[in-house]
Amino acid sequence: MLQALEGSQAVAQAVALCRPQVIAAYPITPQTHIVENISKLVANGKLKCEFISVESEFSAASVVLGAAVAGSRAYTATASQGILLMAEVLYNIAGLRVPLVMTCANRAISSPLSIWNDQQDSMAVRDAGWIQLYCADNQEAVDTTIQAYKIAERTELPVMVCMDGFTLTHTLESINIPNQEQVDNFLPEYKFSRTLDPQNPISIGTLVSPDFYSEARHSHHIAILNAEAEIISANQDWEKITGRNSGGLLTIEGPTEAKVAILTIGSVYGTLRAAIEKFDLEQPIKLIKLRSFRPFPIDALKTVCKGLEHVIVLERAIGLGSGAIIGLEVLAALTELDHPPKVHKFAAGLGGRDIPLEILPRLLATLNESSDGRFRIFDVELDKLPEEDR
Amino acid sequence: MQISQLRDRQPRFRGLESGHRACLGCAEALAARLVTEAAGPDVMVANATGCLEIFTTPWPESAWRIPWIHSLFENSSAVAAGMEAALKVQGKSTKVLAFGGDGATFDIGFQSLSGMLERGQNVLYVCFDNEAYMNTGIQRSSSTPHAAITTTSPPGKERMGKRHLKKDIVSIIAAHHIPYAATTSVAYPSDIRKKVRRAMAIEGSTFLQIHCPCPLGWGHEGHKSIEVARLAVQTGLFPIIELERGGLAGAMPLRNVRPVVEYLREQQRFKHLFTDELRAKEELEHIQAIADHNIEIYGLHSDGNKDVFDSEGMDTVRRGGMRWA
Repeated sequence: MLQALEGSQAVAQAVALCRPQVIAAYPITPQTHIVENISKLVANGKLKCEFISVESEFSAASVVLGAAVAGSRAYTATASQGILLMAEVLYNIAGLRVPLVMTCANRAISSPLSIWNDQQDSMAVRDAGWIQLYCADNQEAVDTTIQAYKIAERTELPVMVCMDGFTLTHTLESINIPNQEQVDNFLPEYKFSRTLDPQNPISIGTLVSPDFYSEARHSHHIAILNAEAEIISANQDWEKITGRNSGGLLTIEGPTEAKVAILTIGSVYGTLRAAIEKFDLEQPIKLIKLRSFRPFPIDALKTVCKGLEHVIVLERAIGLGSGAIIGLEVLAALTELDHPPKVHKFAAGLGGRDIPLEILPRLLATLNESSDGRFRIFDVELDKLPEEDR
Repeated sequence: MQISQLRDRQPRFRGLESGHRACLGCAEALAARLVTEAAGPDVMVANATGCLEIFTTPWPESAWRIPWIHSLFENSSAVAAGMEAALKVQGKSTKVLAFGGDGATFDIGFQSLSGMLERGQNVLYVCFDNEAYMNTGIQRSSSTPHAAITTTSPPGKERMGKRHLKKDIVSIIAAHHIPYAATTSVAYPSDIRKKVRRAMAIEGSTFLQIHCPCPLGWGHEGHKSIEVARLAVQTGLFPIIELERGGLAGAMPLRNVRPVVEYLREQQRFKHLFTDELRAKEELEHIQAIADHNIEIYGLHSDGNKDVFDSEGMDTVRRGGMRWA
């Protein structure tokens, strides 16, 4: 049934439909509305679970870890500084191969302090061993949250569902919330192969010598790569039930003859789609929506980029001292092609700076410049800076 | 006969098996075994990073016979909280224990411990207090007693070991008004058992601080661990007390109070206090004053009459068949 819901409300309802038994909650803008809405569902008896208001994000991640190994489906959500505070636990959860789902309401990182959207937070923990799925709109956030539980529990890997703070979390959209029967048919009861049990005591989280660490890391890495198949099939299975497709690993759209593609993750995809409709572009372009950043879908990316001349990667994050994050990974993947397209790497919309529709023609205009393809912040206003900082 | 069958014939349950890699005379290992024996098999443990975690689980071996998880240094309370919540929803009665050393409890894990206690979660937190970061090689913690030498509080021309006082953790814990908090010592096994059983029976957060000498870190012979631990109690430096909802509910009285020098002299970490220097004498006086103060505020000095809280006597006099019960 279609309802007008704020993104956070919609995600809260999606989480409740997955029947989590333990929720750990700690407030941080712009995530707070999610756990607030879940707590309302608990207060009204619509969700039966242990709702634990913890004293930090560090404990939020630790509580859901404890719950998951004790045999319960669990959920938490965070953003920005919360992700960074959690970082140690995030690596630990993944290394222990514990299936969990967490929403990251993407927000910039301090300093300077900013409560507004970009994706530097989830990008900072991109190598923590979690699956990372990025949502382009709130319907995707709902559907991806539900799919994430299935992916996590089948792969025994934690899944981070990333949705842009404010742009999605605080925006009302018309959203189709599935019914309980649909979710129950899709998502089996929580079962973890290494659940702690006094009848069959095991030790989890032991010390390994150099004899075993590399092998543990290898198997973890391979498990994430192999999760591609589960991400695809969870999306397909969910589409069979609801008719909605969230985009598997990535999607590409646009005229087949287009030689230029713009690749984005998250809500900026919607901005570019609207821009394509608005502007009378000189050349046809394709849009690539990268949904799965971890695993990074190298083969799928190569397939859709084959024959392209230019790929513009627009991201809402920056690797300070290096430049592009996604851009470099795309570049590395595409060098495996015989005739790789030129990859143009830009960041925009940092710290909540609005990305207007007009960015599209401006981005395309750069293709006419003699560019070395090096990374830059596309919408930086250098006149605000002293000469030596430009 | 299989080893597993032999194990089943053990007269009592053992949660922590022998064969682990603790040092000779490690009191923490002994205390952990006593705790798990008293707690029984229907438990789960969240163990903080530290000696206990390291020496019991060098992969692919484990000395634990109870479900056990080690996540990180500072989150065993929160992991335990999640386990407790999960078991509660599942309708299971398995008790969750959290284990940590003094570093994990007094310092880095203090916040998550406080959070768990504030929420009143049904977890027994056991702090194995050996008064320094022993796993990393004897660095000062907020539990290290005043004047003790550690590798980060060495004595010298300008210093006499640790400059600050041992944090009064049990008072801070008691300020959360949890149903039960107590201190105990590895020198008094039946006191440990009694307090573990008491805590296990309580629905809610409970806390136990067990004083555990570390021969390597304290600088005494391995076979002296129990003796040293007992002297800490008998001098008044480590009072054995019980607190219910924050109020003092019991204390182990001392019939023959020993001077602190008898305790300090046994340990290399206090060797710099036994010189002719004035500042050494001053520190000894100061430490004696700390002990005297403990005896005063907890009323440890028995008048010789029988005392209902005399579990020290229970251990030494009335051990009988109860000793290994």
